[in-house]
Amino acid sequence: MKSGLTIVLSGLALAATQLALAQGASLTVPKSIQAGSAFSIPSTGSGSATLYIIGPGQALKRDVQLGQATDFAAGTLYNAGRYLAVLSGGSAPETDAFDVVPAKSPSTVSFLAKPSRLPVGLHNGITGAAYVFDAYHNLIVTPMPVSFELSTPSGVVQRTVESNKGVAWTALDSTEHQGIDRFVAHIGDVSTTRIVGQVPGDPCGLKMSARQDGQRLDLATEPVRDCKGNAVPDGTIVTFTETFRGGLSTVDVPIKRGVAEVQMPIVNGATISVASGVVMGNQIGWGK
Amino acid sequence: MMKPLLILCTVVAAASNFGAAQATVHMEPENLKGPRVLEDQTRTTVIRDYLQAWQGLHAAMEQNRPDLLSADFVGTSKDKLADTIQQQAALGIHTRYTDVSHDLQIVFYSPEGLSIEMTDKVEYDVEVLDHDKVTATQRVTARYVVVMTPAEVRWRVRVFQAVPD
Repeated sequence: MKSGLTIVLSGLALAATQLALAQGASLTVPKSIQAGSAFSIPSTGSGSATLYIIGPGQALKRDVQLGQATDFAAGTLYNAGRYLAVLSGGSAPETDAFDVVPAKSPSTVSFLAKPSRLPVGLHNGITGAAYVFDAYHNLIVTPMPVSFELSTPSGVVQRTVESNKGVAWTALDSTEHQGIDRFVAHIGDVSTTRIVGQVPGDPCGLKMSARQDGQRLDLATEPVRDCKGNAVPDGTIVTFTETFRGGLSTVDVPIKRGVAEVQMPIVNGATISVASGVVMGNQIGWGK
Repeated sequence: MMKPLLILCTVVAAASNFGAAQATVHMEPENLKGPRVLEDQTRTTVIRDYLQAWQGLHAAMEQNRPDLLSADFVGTSKDKLADTIQQQAALGIHTRYTDVSHDLQIVFYSPEGLSIEMTDKVEYDVEVLDHDKVTATQRVTARYVVVMTPAEVRWRVRVFQAVPD
């Protein structure tokens, strides 16, 4: 009985001592810390307490001696955001908020580029948006010059844009020549590359000729090209249509080696037309 | 004047449907940098999904369950929040983030439609619990930069970062 009372009294005395030690405790938090850098949080008072650094980005907890600075080594706190420093040990916790800001030098560029394939000669057809991050994947929101470069078979197009709230964007024309382009977002010596395929546009000036071969007509297009002179790829469908009194005959033919060829029956008075997609070519009247 | 008010009402109504009615939401007029027009339906959906993400954050941080982040967060933001939850669990801490008010502004809609960036001057309460004992409660005001990207059926938060005012 006596020993139990002693334990209780000892416990109360200890608690009172800790309370007294922790009274008057306060902490001084830097307003801003660069991500990943070392920092220190001085405190006043005496005794021991617990220091919490709490934010959605990280959570830290340290036992501290009041009256001393608590040191955090470089790389301890690295996720940018607003944090709460809580010093707990006395009757009321001391709290203060501070910011961890992104490191100044960019480390990665997240580059959204579209499309991966498009026709030649399209105004503002290629777009890219670049988000700039530091080594800890924090978005760097201070303005920075971001360079966009489109390397095509016919040359290089470059544009520099200042980032705004961590993002820079651009829109570029596709060139007049088909080919594989490299679309690069640079910031300093950091870059990210996307590949953009420029393919020929729709056929332009589609033209065919006809030659009689017995009871059939040999129909053949001239080499099929787009309006910029690029060869329309093999496999593109060309449609030949023969219209005659009371009848219609249609044949779809893929382009092979640059041209589309077909044989159709001769019908006197027929009209033959050629088209590819929505692009109409010439017409030929036969036997009139 | 009518349009922001209409948007605000729509957004609050949308948020209410997801049980996030406590926070007040104010929508600043857009200050879009980019060529793409932001349709009303997209705007409403993005804001709704963002507000819902705060509910997901609240639940995940309170219960120390990173799996609760998956519906609302993706990529870097999800990884960072999940790491924080693991740190909290290891330290015997959990936290309650309760949003009180949002002041939102959409600032960028990427030309290809694959990302939307906005700022949110948000007020929220943080409650820190160490082994289920409340250690501190503090109201925090912060300006968040948020980047959202479309997923299968909704927008998810890809960047979630407070920046100094």
